[in-house]
Amino acid sequence: MGIPHLLVHDKKDTVGVVVVEDLKAGSEMLCVVTEDNSSFHLTAKMDVPIGHKIALKDIAEGDTIWKYGQDIGKAVKPVGVGEHVHVHNVKTKRW
Amino acid sequence: MTMQYSNLEFMGWRRENGRVGVRNHVVLLPLDDLSNAACEAVANNIKGTLALPHAYGRLQFGEDLDLHFRTLIGIGSNPNVAAVVVIGIEDGWTQRVVDGIAKTGKPVTGFGIEGTGDIMTIAKASRVAKDYLQWASELQRESCPIKDLWVSTKCGESDTTTGLASCPTVGNMYDKLIPLGLTGVFGETSEITGAEHLCKARAASPEVGEKFMATWQAYMDEVIEPFKTSDLSESQPTKGNIAGGLTTIEEKALGNLEKIGRECTYIDVLEPAEAPAKGPGLYFMDTSSAAAECVTLMAAAGYVVHTFPTGQGNVIGNPIVPVVKITGNPRTVRTMSEHVDVDVSGVLRREMTIPQAGDALIDMVVRTANGRLTAAEALGHREFVMTKLYRSA
Repeated sequence: MGIPHLLVHDKKDTVGVVVVEDLKAGSEMLCVVTEDNSSFHLTAKMDVPIGHKIALKDIAEGDTIWKYGQDIGKAVKPVGVGEHVHVHNVKTKRW
Repeated sequence: MTMQYSNLEFMGWRRENGRVGVRNHVVLLPLDDLSNAACEAVANNIKGTLALPHAYGRLQFGEDLDLHFRTLIGIGSNPNVAAVVVIGIEDGWTQRVVDGIAKTGKPVTGFGIEGTGDIMTIAKASRVAKDYLQWASELQRESCPIKDLWVSTKCGESDTTTGLASCPTVGNMYDKLIPLGLTGVFGETSEITGAEHLCKARAASPEVGEKFMATWQAYMDEVIEPFKTSDLSESQPTKGNIAGGLTTIEEKALGNLEKIGRECTYIDVLEPAEAPAKGPGLYFMDTSSAAAECVTLMAAAGYVVHTFPTGQGNVIGNPIVPVVKITGNPRTVRTMSEHVDVDVSGVLRREMTIPQAGDALIDMVVRTANGRLTAAEALGHREFVMTKLYRSA
């Protein structure tokens, strides 16, 4: 297996983390689920910095965002598969 | 190749009370802000001693004053400290710190400034500090089993790579070494928020889990609710966390909690700066998530090596405890290499497994205990920050 572009903690997750610098829109990403080392491919729809998240599926406003197999907040805007997921479209449910 | 842990040893100084230190400092400890100048003057006179200036110690009361004394006495009692000279503005509270440290059996002397003045106090304290330094310089390290090591953890400038690589590296170290009798601690009450249910479930017993939840809830009720001006989205996650890709407090907390591994359970919940008293094992301490405050509290509880995962590149050190920096962020490795002790960025490339990263950290912790200077020590980071609970009288 080559060097992955995106790591996903858990099978249940709806987002993954970019782990390479200078990822460009249109990049075909090798994605690895760290839980079981399974892999898949996904196209990045935007330039996304290292450490930032990308949606693994289409997410509707109000949907729970899953990472580590856990609830980390909710979408406050719709997010398309392959798009950047961050503070502009996701917020904690707590505050 | 798998590391053999059961015979793991390190070279340390066994102190009068049986605890083992990995540094051999002679400390000039100010009781209060007013005594910083005298302590710094003594450190200037006697080369190789260490002054620990700080901002507090006047007109504190109640629980806040108790924490002040517990922190100072704990720092002086830490086995990384061979001997202590305490200087305070007056004799009464100075003696209280001296008496607390003296329980360890190590050499300690106090001086009050009132009625004497700085110059004469500095002269008297310098003579004692010189004797202590020369005495300490002849103490020898000896071989000690890994169970004599106390290792704390707290992460900082976290990003998504800390949850993927550097925090699970610390967790793997604890999973391997806690069963061998290591004493560990994690804290950061505010940053458990979002994963408090998972943290509660990692307690060794339901009673300890309830004690954790009571501590966490008290922080929410007594600190966040009365003092918040909006939600905490601007502070938790921090601007640095957000730049690094962390979106919510829950996401940050889940990464943070990776530091306690997969198998460890914590056996007690400690007050800030409280020394663990239930024997070897992992503890939770009620601390701020601000790096220097948290590391200082853990040093005051008696921990002698600190493991510090960072993503975006926190540069913190501590004057008496070596702080080992671990990062999995390849950009931080590239741009801030002088601050990195253990590079686990191979985890992100799938070139290094978490157990291999854990082995690399254990190796560096032992080398650090044996005397290797950490990046923070070499760069002169000596952040000594007392936690203050509320306004002074």
